Amino acid sequence: MTDPTTDTGGSRILGGRPSEATIRTTTTITTVKNTSGAHIELKNVNKVYGDQAVAAVENFSMNVNPGELVMFVGPSGCGKTTTMKMINRIIEPTSGSITVDGREVLSLDPNELRRHIGYVIQQIGLFPHMTIAENISVVPKLLGWSKEKTKNRVDELLSVVQLDPRTFAGRYPKQLSGGQQQRVGVARALAADPPVMLMDEPFGATDPITREKLQVEFLRLQETIGKTIIFVTHDFDEAVRLGDRIAVLSDRSKIEQFDTPANILRAPANDYVASFIGHGAALKRLALIPLHDALLGRAADARGTASVVETDSLRDALDLLVLTGLPAIAVTDAAGRTVASVSVEQISAELGEDSGGLPERSEARS
Amino acid sequence: MTGFDFPGLLAFWGKRSDDILTLVGEHLLVVAIALLLATVIGVGVGLLVWNSPVGRSLAVTSAAVILTIPSLALLAAMIPLFGLGWVPTLIGLTLYSLLPIIRNTVVGLREVSPAIMESATGMGLAPGAVLLRIQLPMAWPVIVTGVRVAAQLTIGIAAIGAYVGGPGLGQMIFQGLSSLGSKNALNYALTGTLCVIILALIVDGLFTLITRYTTSKGLRA
Ligand SMILES: Nc1ncnc2c1ncn2[C@@H]1O[C@H](COP(=O)(O)OP(=O)(O)OP(=O)(O)O)[C@@H](O)[C@H]1O
Ligand SMILES: [Mg+2]
Repeated sequence: MTDPTTDTGGSRILGGRPSEATIRTTTTITTVKNTSGAHIELKNVNKVYGDQAVAAVENFSMNVNPGELVMFVGPSGCGKTTTMKMINRIIEPTSGSITVDGREVLSLDPNELRRHIGYVIQQIGLFPHMTIAENISVVPKLLGWSKEKTKNRVDELLSVVQLDPRTFAGRYPKQLSGGQQQRVGVARALAADPPVMLMDEPFGATDPITREKLQVEFLRLQETIGKTIIFVTHDFDEAVRLGDRIAVLSDRSKIEQFDTPANILRAPANDYVASFIGHGAALKRLALIPLHDALLGRAADARGTASVVETDSLRDALDLLVLTGLPAIAVTDAAGRTVASVSVEQISAELGEDSGGLPERSEARS
Repeated sequence: MTGFDFPGLLAFWGKRSDDILTLVGEHLLVVAIALLLATVIGVGVGLLVWNSPVGRSLAVTSAAVILTIPSLALLAAMIPLFGLGWVPTLIGLTLYSLLPIIRNTVVGLREVSPAIMESATGMGLAPGAVLLRIQLPMAWPVIVTGVRVAAQLTIGIAAIGAYVGGPGLGQMIFQGLSSLGSKNALNYALTGTLCVIILALIVDGLFTLITRYTTSKGLRA
C-alpha cells in the first residue's frame, strides 16, 4: 500500500537484508539460509509508568540475533511484558534505544512498524466478527496484497498450523476450541511473514496437553521459518523446551542470567536463577541432550530387548533404564539397527562434564 | 358516550381504508426518516465521544435532558422556529431518538475487550481503522438495539406530531378527540391508536430481522 518492498513478503521493511545465521547442530556447523529474522538490540531501555516511583524496566540491554528464539522468564510483575511491548511500541519507553535491523523503532511510524512485527498475546484477541480467513488477512490487506495472494497465504498458514483450510477458513472464532484459536493467533501473526515475532504467553491459556502439543508444533514451525522471536512465559520448563536462549528476569526486568537452557541448567548464575529452575535440574538437562551427542557404550553391551533411538534424549534413556532395571540398553539408529548401548554411568558422566558433551544449541549462532 | 358499536367500526374502516393506509404510510415514513437522521447523528456523536469521559457524559446527559422535555412542549417550542408540518415533527422525533442511540453506541464501542483492542493496534491498525473496522462492527448489535428502542419511542411520540400539523396517525386520534360526541369520534380515536400499536409491533419484528441480517454471524449468540 505504502511501501513497494512490502510485497516481497514483508520481511525487509525494517531495512535489513535477509541475514544468514550459523547454528551448530548436533554434529556439524551448518548455515541456515535466509533466516527471515531480524536483529534486535535494546540499549539502556527504561520504562517508568506514569508517576510511579520505581521503574518497571530499568536499564535493560540485550542483543537478539537474527533467527533466535529468546525466552523471557521471571515472576509475575517483573516486567517481561513491558519489556517486550516496547519493541512494537505498544508501550513507549521512557528512555533508551531499541533497534530492529539497525533501525531505531522510535523513529519509525508505529503502525508501519507493527505491520512487520508479528504479535501474539495470551488472550489471543481474534476478531469475533471476522472469519478465520478474514482475521488472518487483516495485515496482508493493510499491506495491499492482491486477493489471490492473500487467499493463498491464508490457506498456506492454516495448513502450517495444522488446521484444514477447507474446514476452518470460513468459520468464526467462537466456533473454534481454545487450542485452535491459539493456532489461528499464531497464523495471523505470521500472515505477512514478519521478520520479528513477539509472543506474550501465547500458550498460557491452554490446558497442559494442548500446550505441549502447541509447543512441539511451534518448535517445528520455527525450524522452518527462522524468525527472530521474543517469547514471554513464566513457565521455566516451557522456556527450556523452546528457547535458544533464556533471559531469567527479576524485578524491574533485571537480567539475572542470559544463556542457553543447557548452560543455565548446568551453571545457574546465582541463587535466584537456581530457585527459578526448581527441582530436577539434572533431569531437565538430560532432556536437552540427544543420545547421539553422548559418549555411549559398545553395542554388544546392550541387554534385554528394550531400546531407544539415537535421537531420543538421555532422559528417555534413563527412563527406560529405570523401568527395565537393566544395566544397559540398546541404542538404535533410525533404521532400527543397534549402534550402541547406554548405561546409567554413561548418563551420569554426561552430566558431570563441564563442557564439550553438552549441546550448546544456539550459543554459536552469530 | 354511546355504547361501542363494532359493526360501525368495521364500516368506518371499509369507508376510510384509503385514508387509514395513507396515514399509516406517513407515520411510518416520518418515523423512518427521523430514525435514519438520528442514527447518523447518534452514531457519529458516539464515535466522536466514546473515548473521552467529558465528551461522553456531555453527549449522553444532553440527550437525556432532551428526552425529559414533554413532547407536547418540545413540539410547541419548535413552531416559532420551523412553523407547522413535517419539519418540526421530524426534528422532534430525531432529538428524542438520540439518547438510546448515542448511549448504546458509546456502550458498544467501549465494550470491546482490551485484548482485542491491543491485538488490533499491535497489528498496525491506526486508531481510526480500529474504530471503524473492529469496534463499530462489534458494537453494531448493541447500536441496532438502541435504534430499536428509539423506534418504539418515536412511533408513539409521532402521534403527538399532529399537534403541530405533522403527518401520520396522530391526525386521526386528534380528530377523534376534538369531535367527541360525534358519530365517528370514537372510531377515529380507536383506529388511530390501534394502528399505532400494530405499527409498533410490526416495526419491532422488523428490527429482529434487521439485527439478524446486519450483524456478523460470528457475533450472534
Ligand atoms: N499500564 C500500567 N500502568 C502502571 N503500571 C504498570 C502498567 N503495566 C504494568 N505495570 C507495572 O509494571 C510492572 C511490570 O509489569 P509487566 O506487565 O511488565 O509484568 P510481567 O512480568 O509481564 O508480569 P506477568 O507475568 O504477571 O504478566 C508491574 O509492577 C506492573 O504493576
Ligand atoms: Mg505479562
